[in-house]
Amino acid sequence: MPKIIVEIMPKQDLLDPQGKAVANALHRSGHPEIVNARIGKRIELHFDRDITSEDMANAEKLASSFLSNDVIEDVVAITKE
Amino acid sequence: MKIGVITYPGTLDDRDAQRAIRLAGGTPVPLWHADQDLKKVDAVVLPGGFSYGDYLRCGAIAAKAPATQEVVRLAKQGLPVLGICNGFQVLVESHLLPGGLIRNEHQHFICRDQKLRVENTNTAWTNLFEQDQEITIPLKNGEGGYIASPDTLKMLEAENRVVFRYLDVNPNGSMNDIAGLTNERGNVVGLMPHPEHAVEPGFGPDTDIAMRSGIDGLKFFQSVLKALVNS
Repeated sequence: MPKIIVEIMPKQDLLDPQGKAVANALHRSGHPEIVNARIGKRIELHFDRDITSEDMANAEKLASSFLSNDVIEDVVAITKE
Repeated sequence: MKIGVITYPGTLDDRDAQRAIRLAGGTPVPLWHADQDLKKVDAVVLPGGFSYGDYLRCGAIAAKAPATQEVVRLAKQGLPVLGICNGFQVLVESHLLPGGLIRNEHQHFICRDQKLRVENTNTAWTNLFEQDQEITIPLKNGEGGYIASPDTLKMLEAENRVVFRYLDVNPNGSMNDIAGLTNERGNVVGLMPHPEHAVEPGFGPDTDIAMRSGIDGLKFFQSVLKALVNS
């Protein structure tokens, strides 16, 4: 099924408590080589037909207006699969 | 005076908000998220809870609900709107208030009686408080850390739009100890702590006088009634 994948990450300079908790757990479980972890979101938009360039443009708009909040998040990638 | 309380799927403090309005002397009007009709209410409360399961981001899906869209439209014309906790998140997600709310910095859900300082008494929801009055109302949230860009923070402070600041303890890592904000006009107020849980002796926070006797939250709802009478 054709899909558009939107990837969203918490802003680089923003504390990511979820990522921090995971990084701490990794350290405790014997992985000091992993210096940090950050957790974002992958959102798949499914289509039952081929994806047009208009769909991609719409997805970009949706990604910045609804799927992410630009105060706290960055849209890092929008890809077609 | 009719004050609407919107129920979203996952809202849990709507009945408490209705009760607070009743105790303050207003008439609560239950509103449903999927309806655009706000039944000609004179003010609206967006209550606490976990609208749409907090999916996507807290308040993000609720911000797109038909009832919220109508609230946004009317708020721009001056309708008094109070967003409590999840309601504050909805106000931020619908851009009625600036900034964002993120997971508490210590990653824990927190529930406590929280001391606040009232910093702005020129809003529809705080006109019965005294400037710099210290109040105690319950706080319970997992994602209450307030953040904004340096420019936004500077603007909020310069325009006196921080309405409440945390006292003694900053429970979630909010920037500048911000617990609540208002819009430029002063009709929209959002805060993380819950005034509707401190409106009746026997059910509120402990005070020096007696256990559970705190009713500092009642003034929020009395304030809006006064603002409506005067408008």
